[in-house]
Amino acid sequence: MEESREQTISFPRIGDPAPDFEAVTTHGVLRREDFKGGWLIIFSHPADFTPVCTTEFIAFTEIYPDLEKRGVQLLGLSVDSITSHIAWVRNVEDKTGFKIPFPIIADLSKEVSTAYGMIHPGQSKTETVRCVFIIDPKQIIRTILYYPLTTGRNMDEILRIVDALQTTDANAVATPANWRPGDMVVIPPPNTQEMAEERMKQGYECVDWYLCRKKL
Amino acid sequence: MPCISPDGKPTETGIKMLKALQGGIGAPEAVAQTTGLPLFRVRSGLRELAQAGMVEPKNGDYVIASRGAELIGE
Repeated sequence: MEESREQTISFPRIGDPAPDFEAVTTHGVLRREDFKGGWLIIFSHPADFTPVCTTEFIAFTEIYPDLEKRGVQLLGLSVDSITSHIAWVRNVEDKTGFKIPFPIIADLSKEVSTAYGMIHPGQSKTETVRCVFIIDPKQIIRTILYYPLTTGRNMDEILRIVDALQTTDANAVATPANWRPGDMVVIPPPNTQEMAEERMKQGYECVDWYLCRKKL
Repeated sequence: MPCISPDGKPTETGIKMLKALQGGIGAPEAVAQTTGLPLFRVRSGLRELAQAGMVEPKNGDYVIASRGAELIGE
C-alpha cells in the first residue's frame, strides 16, 4: 500500500508575531530585530533578472521616499544567491537608472520564505510568489498580500494600506472602502444598546448606529 | 558585509559608525541620527564591528574599542 505523504505548510497570519530570521542580504546580515521600533515591509519576488520583478523593483524604488516618510523600511527576498542579487541590482541601475535602495535577502536555503509561507507549490515549488507582509513597530504582522507570479503589485495600494494602518493606530478608528488620507473615517461600532443610543446623539455622520463616520 | 571589507578593514559605512562613537558610549539610535543611516543598518553594522573587535557592546549601547580607534586614526 502506497504511503500517503501530505506536507503541511504553516502560514503566518495577521496578528501573529513576524517570524524571526537572520539572513544574508545585499546590505549584510540582517535580523528581524534590527527593524524593531519601525514599520517593515517584507516582500518576495519569484526570481532575479525576470521582467515583472524588474518592473516591481523599479516601482518599489519609486515609492521608497514615500515609505521612508511614513517610517517604513523595505526588505526584498527571493530564492537567489547574493551574487545574483548584486548582479541584478547593478544591471537594473545600469539599464534603467534606478538604484535599488533597500536590502534583498538571498534565501537559497528557503528558511525565511518557508517561515513566511512565501512558497506556494501549486504555483511553483522553487520560486516564491509575490508576497507582501506589512509588519508594525512591535513586529506584529498587520497585513498579508499574495499576488500570483504573473501579476505585478500595486504600489498605491501598499501605500494606502500603510496610511490606513497608521491612521487606525493613531486615532482608534477604522477606514472604509477605498479610503484615502483626508477622507472620513469609520468609528468602531458600539458594543451595548446604551452606547448605540448615545452614538446617534454625538453629531457624527451616521447611516445608522452601527455605521458612523467622522473627519479627523 | 556592510561594515567590514574582505581585507578586514572597515568600509566607508563602518568608518562613519566608528567616528560617530568617538565621543564615548553611543546607542544605535544616536549613531543612526549622527550618521544618517537607517537604524536597521546601524544595528546590523555595530554587531558586525563588535564581532571584528572594533567596538564593544555595553548594555545595548556601544563604545569604540582600541582597534577601532586605531583604524580611524584616533
